[in-house]
Amino acid sequence: MAPAFDPMVGRYVRLAIDGVAHRLYFEEAGPENGIPLVCLHTAGADNRQFRHLLADAEITRRFRVLAFDMPWHGKSTPPDGWEREEYRLTTASYTAAVRAFCAALELDRPVVMGCSIGGRIVLNLAIEHAAEFRALIALEAADFQKPWYDTAWLHRPDVHGGEVCAALISGLIAPQSPPVSRHETLWMYMQGGPGVFKGDLYFYRVDGDLREKVKTIDTKVCPLYLLTGEYDFSCTAEDTLRTAAQIQGVEVQVMKELGHFPMSENPAKFREYILPVLDRIAR
Amino acid sequence: MSPAERFARLPDLLAADSDLRRRGRWLNADCRIDIGAEPFYLTLRDGALVDLVRGPRLLRSVAFSVSGTEDAWQRHWQTIPEPGWHDLFALTKRGAASFDGDLRPLLQNLQYFKDLLALPRRLAEAS
Repeated sequence: MAPAFDPMVGRYVRLAIDGVAHRLYFEEAGPENGIPLVCLHTAGADNRQFRHLLADAEITRRFRVLAFDMPWHGKSTPPDGWEREEYRLTTASYTAAVRAFCAALELDRPVVMGCSIGGRIVLNLAIEHAAEFRALIALEAADFQKPWYDTAWLHRPDVHGGEVCAALISGLIAPQSPPVSRHETLWMYMQGGPGVFKGDLYFYRVDGDLREKVKTIDTKVCPLYLLTGEYDFSCTAEDTLRTAAQIQGVEVQVMKELGHFPMSENPAKFREYILPVLDRIAR
Repeated sequence: MSPAERFARLPDLLAADSDLRRRGRWLNADCRIDIGAEPFYLTLRDGALVDLVRGPRLLRSVAFSVSGTEDAWQRHWQTIPEPGWHDLFALTKRGAASFDGDLRPLLQNLQYFKDLLALPRRLAEAS
C-alpha cells in the first residue's frame, strides 16, 4: 500500500530579518503559480495551526498556501545568541519578519492571513505596506484589546510554562469545537519555548496599539477582511466591530460557534467562513 | 436546582472523573469558592476532594478563593454556555467573578481548576 502522505511539504529557508541571519521553517501546498497565501500563526504557537488549510484541495486548487514558523517558534531556529537576550516581539520586528519571508520566497503580491497577533500585524501591513499585498485577512484582530491576565505567570520557574499557557488560552476555544481539535490546539501551546508566548504578548499588549492608526487604512489599495469568532473573549466580536467601524470598505464577519483559533479548533466550521472570502479574492 | 445546590454535588462529580483526579494528582490545596453569597471550603489532596464544607466558617484560612455571582455560575454551567460566560477568565474579564489570595496553586494547576469548577455543567440543568 502507498504511504498515506499529507499533501504539504516542509523545508527551511535562510533569510535576514533586520540584518540578523535566520533559518525559518515553513510548509507549503498548492501550485507554484497559484495565488500566494501566507498564513501567520497565533502567539506562542506555530504553523501547524494551518495544517487543515494546507491540506484543503478546494483551497490549494487556486492558492499556493505557505505557513511559516515565526523566529523562536516551532521548528524555526532562534537567532545565534538567543540565550543572552529576552525575546520580545515588536510591531517593527514582526512586520520585518513577514516582509522578509515574502521577499525571500519571491512572492508576487501575496495574500496574507494572520490570526490573533497575526491578525494584528495584518492590520499593520494594511496601514504601512498595503500596496505589497493582493488582499489581507485578519482573524481575531482588533486595533487594541483589554488584557485579561498578568503575563508574568507565563514564564517563571514555579509554574510549568507550557501547561499554564495552554490552560489560559483553553477558554478561548468555543465549546462546540471537536475535542480532538481542541486538544491538538492546546498541545501546540504546551510545546512553545520558555518565555516565547510572553514575548509575543509584548507586541500584542504594549507595543502594538493601533488605535487611531487603523483609520488610515485604504481598502481601495488592498482589500481587508476581518473575521472573529463569537467565543473569543480576548479579541471580542465588539473589539473587531469597533475596529471595522473605523475602516471604510472593510468586510467584517462574526463567526458563530468559533473562538480564538478558528483554523485549528474547528477546521470544518472555519472552512464555511473562509472559503467564500478566498473565492472573492481569487476572482 | 440553585447554583449552590449544584456545586454541593461536587464530591460525586469529581469522584466520577478519574481522569481529572489523575491530572490533579500533584495538587494539595485549600481554597474557597463563593457561589454568590454562599462560600464553599474545598480541601484537595492528591487531586481528590477530601472535604467540602458549605457555609461560612469564621477565620478559616485558604490559599485562594474564586468568587462569582449566582448568575455567573448559572450561565457558566449551561450545557453549552453563551459566549463570554464559557470560561473562568471570561467571567473575571467581565467583572462577574474574581480571584483572590495566593494564586500560585491556582496557576500551577489551572486546567485542573477550570475543569473542576466546570463539573456542575454535567448535571441536568435547572429542574
